[in-house]
Amino acid sequence: MDNLLSIVTFIPALAALILIVFLRGSDAAANRNAKWLALIATSVTFLVSLFILLQFDPANTGFQFVEERTWIMGLNYKMGVDGISILFVMLTTFMMPLVIAASWDVNTRVKEYMVAFLLLETLMLGVFMALDLVLFYLFFEAGLIPMFLIIGIWGGKARIYASFKFFLYTFLGSVLMLVAMVAMYSDAGSTDIPTLMRHNFGSETFSLLGIQVVGGLQTLLFLAFFASFAVKMPMWPVHTWLPDAHVQAPTAGSVVLAAILLKMGGYGFLRFSLPMFPVGSEVMTPLVLWMSAIAIVYTSLVALVQEDMKKLIAYSSVAHMGYVTMGIFAANQQGIDGAIFQMISHGFISGALFLCVGVIYDRMHTREIDAYGGLVNRMPAYALIFMFFTMANVGLPGTSGFVGEFLTLVGIFQVNTWVALVACSGVILSAAYALWLYRKVVLGDLIKESLRSITDMTRREKAIFAPLVVMTLLLGVYPALVTDIIGPSVEALIAEYDLARVEGTTLHMLAQN
Amino acid sequence: MIQADLSIILPEILLSLYAMAALMFGVYTTKDKVAPLLTWVTAAVFVLLAAWIGLNGEGSNVAFNGMFHDDAFARFAKVTILLSAAAVLLMSQDYMERRGLLRFEYPILVSLSVVGMMVMVSAGDLMALYMGLELQSLALYVIASLRRDSLKSTEAGLKYFILGALSSGLLLYGASLVYGFAGTTLFSGIIAAAGTGDMSLGLLFGLVFVMSGLAFKVSAVPFHMWTPDVYEGSPTPVTAFFATAPKMAAMALFARVLHDAFGGATADWQQILALLSVLSMFLGAIAAIGQRNIKRLMAFSSIAHMGYALMGLAAGTVFGVQAMLVYMAIYVTMNVGTFAFILSMEKDGQPVTDIAALNMYAKREPGRALAMLILLFSLAGVPPLVGFFGKFYVLRAAYDAGLAWLAIAGVIASVIGAFYYLRIVYYMYFGDEGEELDGGKSPVLWAFLMASAGAMLFGVVNLFGIEGAAAAAAATLVN
Repeated sequence: MDNLLSIVTFIPALAALILIVFLRGSDAAANRNAKWLALIATSVTFLVSLFILLQFDPANTGFQFVEERTWIMGLNYKMGVDGISILFVMLTTFMMPLVIAASWDVNTRVKEYMVAFLLLETLMLGVFMALDLVLFYLFFEAGLIPMFLIIGIWGGKARIYASFKFFLYTFLGSVLMLVAMVAMYSDAGSTDIPTLMRHNFGSETFSLLGIQVVGGLQTLLFLAFFASFAVKMPMWPVHTWLPDAHVQAPTAGSVVLAAILLKMGGYGFLRFSLPMFPVGSEVMTPLVLWMSAIAIVYTSLVALVQEDMKKLIAYSSVAHMGYVTMGIFAANQQGIDGAIFQMISHGFISGALFLCVGVIYDRMHTREIDAYGGLVNRMPAYALIFMFFTMANVGLPGTSGFVGEFLTLVGIFQVNTWVALVACSGVILSAAYALWLYRKVVLGDLIKESLRSITDMTRREKAIFAPLVVMTLLLGVYPALVTDIIGPSVEALIAEYDLARVEGTTLHMLAQN
Repeated sequence: MIQADLSIILPEILLSLYAMAALMFGVYTTKDKVAPLLTWVTAAVFVLLAAWIGLNGEGSNVAFNGMFHDDAFARFAKVTILLSAAAVLLMSQDYMERRGLLRFEYPILVSLSVVGMMVMVSAGDLMALYMGLELQSLALYVIASLRRDSLKSTEAGLKYFILGALSSGLLLYGASLVYGFAGTTLFSGIIAAAGTGDMSLGLLFGLVFVMSGLAFKVSAVPFHMWTPDVYEGSPTPVTAFFATAPKMAAMALFARVLHDAFGGATADWQQILALLSVLSMFLGAIAAIGQRNIKRLMAFSSIAHMGYALMGLAAGTVFGVQAMLVYMAIYVTMNVGTFAFILSMEKDGQPVTDIAALNMYAKREPGRALAMLILLFSLAGVPPLVGFFGKFYVLRAAYDAGLAWLAIAGVIASVIGAFYYLRIVYYMYFGDEGEELDGGKSPVLWAFLMASAGAMLFGVVNLFGIEGAAAAAAATLVN
């Protein structure tokens, strides 16, 4: 089948359409139907996406399963995957059935809820598959609409503030990218991503409003894309929307946000910034590296003083994304391999952690750390699973969290030892806040009166965690599963990046002479 | 000779004759009782004319020694004007009838103003321009104050009239300066006199005054002051009309004057347009934040949208005109749907304009709320809705013309503007329980709302092919 990618992308949207058009009423039966349809649609999407993985040839570093149709304004509807994007596609299709299953207890406006998540899945898959600049932007931005509604409708007490902040913050970041895209279209005459990767954007230093712009057009384009991806990642200091959004979003919304939406920023750096603006990237690398290092230390420290569990995990996400940006801009095999690995693994681990919070939130309706304590006495299974993912989050060897952190640190050490030194301290800090959280919530005596009747995880909840545990362990003991797939594509990316940097520098020197 | 001229201007003649015949019919029969019938017939006439112009028009024809142009550009604008006017008429019938506002003069006045608009977009001479503009405006002044017993409505009409007269004065003064320094009122003569390089100071002065007059008609900042008050005071169907057809006509006229008469002096008017554009975008975005009244809010929204359309025009290129036309067609479609929604907002038979009244609207009317959600995100320019492509078009035009700063300012304004569209979504979807609006009962309004939202959603596939038409239209205007 030559349109496998479109099929995978649009199965959830089709299911959403069916829900909108055919499902009537809001009684228990209708709600159950909506849930089952959403679960079946996301599961089918996952099963079909396995065909992509099975037929994928890692040795081929170009785009595979490419499909192309002409569209409006001289743009193309072009989809394809390569070694860098395929695992994000798989992560998305893998997580979505779990997310739907985790939302089984939602009772308000179930139909709309499922429609929002199904549409969100289509849009997220589109982001990772789009091979046309404007098509990418379309999917990238459109994802804001369902997420805005998810936070705003099914969120917590301060949901309005959080949803507006989420939308406007990310929207502001990405409109600058839109202008940059217009500029790229104008410069290269095409919005085809493979073509743009081969196009050399101008890198001659020029002066703008009296400021010398080293790296010229490439630096400006890099900055415009950076504005968008850094907010999406999120990187310090533009991360403040994330804790708000996470805390207010419903559990499933937090899982999608942490596991998949955050990865779009990292994917964007790998797909656009490095290959298309190598000179601009090189100019800005020190800034990005130090921002990452600060993010790791600063947000870890902030996490230490949180009173809200979700907020703590949200800050921990920001810290972990710091390793990702650091790895990407180390721009060597270990660094980028590690960054992608870290993103995949963080998808499983942070998703699972938010689900862990969801389990007790569903029972007690509070996320205050102080409201808990001694849960191990009543919930042994929960204590075990929470323990496992806490350790994975800390980066215990044997879990996937370790591989990602280790590879990125190896990568950065070769490039900038000082940044590596600062970033390493984050490993200790993450152990501090994660273990502190675990001790406060799970260990100790059960002294809170309200917790005496709390029940352990149900079979459905255990079933949701099982695949996540398996994946975290599997990738922890056999990371080659991931690195074999991404390796060749990353190698090709780095080779071209280095070549373009050398060329850029030569041009630069010629211009100066 | 005269026969050929008349056959070119035949649609305008027919519509004028229709308006007069309808007036006679109304006066000599039962007056206001035939008003609903007249409304439907007028809308049908508009649609037929649109189909005739759209399907039969061919090539570029000039009538009356260059005073009247019939080309692809004029046809694109006329079809948009006629269709949107027909849509607004159909939407108003039920609303006005139930409030006793539906006088038989209403469809007739709308027809006359449409004749004026059609002359405007075809004008090839300053006299034809002024004639069309005044015919349009006079009819609009009257329908703005259609609700005679309402203080706000009469105030709106009067305000519109006085400020409109002022702007006509500016325009006429500019036209007389242009005539004085170019020696002709024909666009083809002016473009020869203006030349490509430095034009004389008098001509430049004339250009600036003409542009000020036109900026008033498109409600670009700083000539926008009338817009919020007139939008708020006029009966809602009339507001819907103001927001659609006249905007398209004025914008098309703007393009025609600048390219046909001053096409060689792009650099001279580009900076003026860029300034009008950036001011409109920001004022529209910021001033709407404080508005609670949805009609005033839409007034500021339309000011902001005119800013984006002017951005396309400011590029001064074929692509810029094409971008402006696509943008305006999309804008008009979105506004028809949005006003269909606003018209259906009522409580106990009384129209409601406070956006807080939409609290939890989505729970009671999920279909309408979803359609409005799509329209609002489209107005905000969020992909994948069609409103985004309009913005993308004008951004490209501006960037290609070397106005990167304008493009950046535009996207920043669009983020600010997104806030107030989101706030309506917030009321509809996340608000608290409040007093309930009546469920809208009019199937016509429902149909227009759904059609407009559907167009915004499914237009992503191919924009319904308006690109090709807009490109052809732009190519005939700019040469």
